Amino acid sequence: MIRFVVRRLLQMCVVVLVLSMLVFAWLRSLPGGPVSAILGERQTPERRAALEAALGLDQPLPVQYLKFLERALQGNFGVSTKVLPGEDALQVFLDRLPATIELSFVAMVLAIALGIPLGYLAARRRGSVIDNGAVIFSLVGIAVPVFFTAFLLKYFFAVEWNLLPVSGRQSTGLDATRITGMFVLDGILTREWDAAWDAIKHLILPAVALATIPFAVIFRITRAAVLDVLDEDYVRTAEAKGLTTRVIRARHVLRNAMLPVVTTIGLQIGGLLAGAVLTETVFSFRGVGDALATAFRDKDYPVLQVLILAAAVIYVLVNLLVDIAYAVIDPRIRTR
Amino acid sequence: MTQAQATRHPRGASEPLLSVRDLRVTFQRQGDAAFKAVDGVSFDVRPGQTVGLVGESGCGKSVTSLAIMGLLPERGNTVEGKAVFDGEDLLTLSPSAMRDRRGAEIAMIFQDPLSSLNPVITIGRQVTEVMERHQGLSRKQATPKARDLLERVGIPDPKARLVNYPHQLSGGMRQRALIAMALACNPRLLIADEPTTALDVTIQAQILALLKELVVDTGTALVMITHDLGVVAGLCDEVNVLYGGKVVERGGRHGLFKRPRHPYTVGLLNSIPRLDAPLGEKLDPVPGSVADNLPWASACAFAPRCSQVVDACTSHTPEWEGDHVVGHRCFNPMGGTP
Repeated sequence: MIRFVVRRLLQMCVVVLVLSMLVFAWLRSLPGGPVSAILGERQTPERRAALEAALGLDQPLPVQYLKFLERALQGNFGVSTKVLPGEDALQVFLDRLPATIELSFVAMVLAIALGIPLGYLAARRRGSVIDNGAVIFSLVGIAVPVFFTAFLLKYFFAVEWNLLPVSGRQSTGLDATRITGMFVLDGILTREWDAAWDAIKHLILPAVALATIPFAVIFRITRAAVLDVLDEDYVRTAEAKGLTTRVIRARHVLRNAMLPVVTTIGLQIGGLLAGAVLTETVFSFRGVGDALATAFRDKDYPVLQVLILAAAVIYVLVNLLVDIAYAVIDPRIRTR
Repeated sequence: MTQAQATRHPRGASEPLLSVRDLRVTFQRQGDAAFKAVDGVSFDVRPGQTVGLVGESGCGKSVTSLAIMGLLPERGNTVEGKAVFDGEDLLTLSPSAMRDRRGAEIAMIFQDPLSSLNPVITIGRQVTEVMERHQGLSRKQATPKARDLLERVGIPDPKARLVNYPHQLSGGMRQRALIAMALACNPRLLIADEPTTALDVTIQAQILALLKELVVDTGTALVMITHDLGVVAGLCDEVNVLYGGKVVERGGRHGLFKRPRHPYTVGLLNSIPRLDAPLGEKLDPVPGSVADNLPWASACAFAPRCSQVVDACTSHTPEWEGDHVVGHRCFNPMGGTP
């Protein structure tokens, strides 16, 4: 098991290295470029050339990449130009990360806590009202774009009915102590209950919006997996043993059905950042997704590099966790 | 112990342990015509007796066993008739009452030992869970018993096997483990649905020998479902030959093999490959397939494939000639009408 994890971590280093090259090359091939981004479009060629030389952009691309890599390995990704001008790019990412972790965590908990039980129930009552209703609901969840869901939620719950805050992570003017940067957790740790409750209220709508697609996918995969497992011979064996329905469901059906679900959950966590960009933008939720959107719009290359690489690393790490979870659930993989 | 001894000499015992009467199973899928998988099957199993249900794929033998066990899917199936076990009709028992009997008094061994075992649960747990359910034992109390069971069914190093998963065992070991699970609560009736079909020939022989030994040792009655008359010859006291959902011939093992009456039984016997046959001699299979069957309601289902066919076969339903011990269903049986 330890060998497996170490091997996967080494593989991960290679993946990230290759990704860093791709990201670097891709960002350089975008129209515009850092010089226009910093100086604007209307500048004399002389001034442009001077800045290019100062930034080292006149050198061949491989040389630029090696310099970037050398600095990056020391944790130096350059300085943000637009998102937080003057701030270290890596620090921008680290500042924004807790907000996105908090949002993604709540969204995933919602998606899993609803998706798996509903998927199981729909499979057990195949063809019933619950099943058909949930299938249609999940289809809508997949089909409707996240930003549209987000706008709808915001419009009705925040604007029309005034039940929840419109945007942000916490009400301004609230004097909350920061420890982790995850506002709900901070509120709980410091026992500032009003701050925690306020942060929760700000979190609900973005989390629900972000959870719709993972929920729909997890629901559908769980339903399909349970239907598959219910037809398996070993479930019939369990029935032939006279085991109680509860034992058959928990021990024989759910555990086997969880295998494809775990993979799906991993993929969905990996894909959360895409949803976070849209959700955070709609709700002005100051997280990584919001920073990514800003950095793209304003061509903040150092921040973009950090954020994209970080997203890649997180994706690969989640995949590793999924593989480990797989090995825990399925002994056939463990002993291979 | 007295009960085991009493059932050890079962030949004279008269009261059947299981008495199946006019069992009918109809499959009805939405939009499709109803299909009679089992069409009025009756047979008896006396304590300690081994009874064979023989026939080719699709003759209804597995469906018969699943119907008796109450394991057919609820949807789209109609089960009629009676299956009286120990004075109670299993087909009218409530699901929970049936659950109490399954695994405890009636146990079942399935065909494919790999797919019939849960891949993510240890062998030990899959054996102990039956005892936890029916004997009220804790997992800890049941574990040494599970080890003894594995030893009894001939699994070497049973203690180590308890923590193994199904994929770590060979095919023969898996079937032995399934048998151990079935025997865990000393059932009075064991139903084995093609228990050797998925195994290679040497292992088949071992498993059959094991079943034979266990049946004698424990006094358990055994219903052996198979397509292989060789299995029947080695194991069964009484044989029921099924065709198209009906019993077409019944008899004691010796009588049936020596003087088969129904042409289908003869066909089955002829299609067994023989080692002492001259090299290159062709096998003699039953021609056609079950797809050619005529409806029982107005004919003999086997008529299109039969070598002995007469006019009545395609216009009338052959009635059962005989009783619950020996008989056949044929207008023109081999050896002439008695």
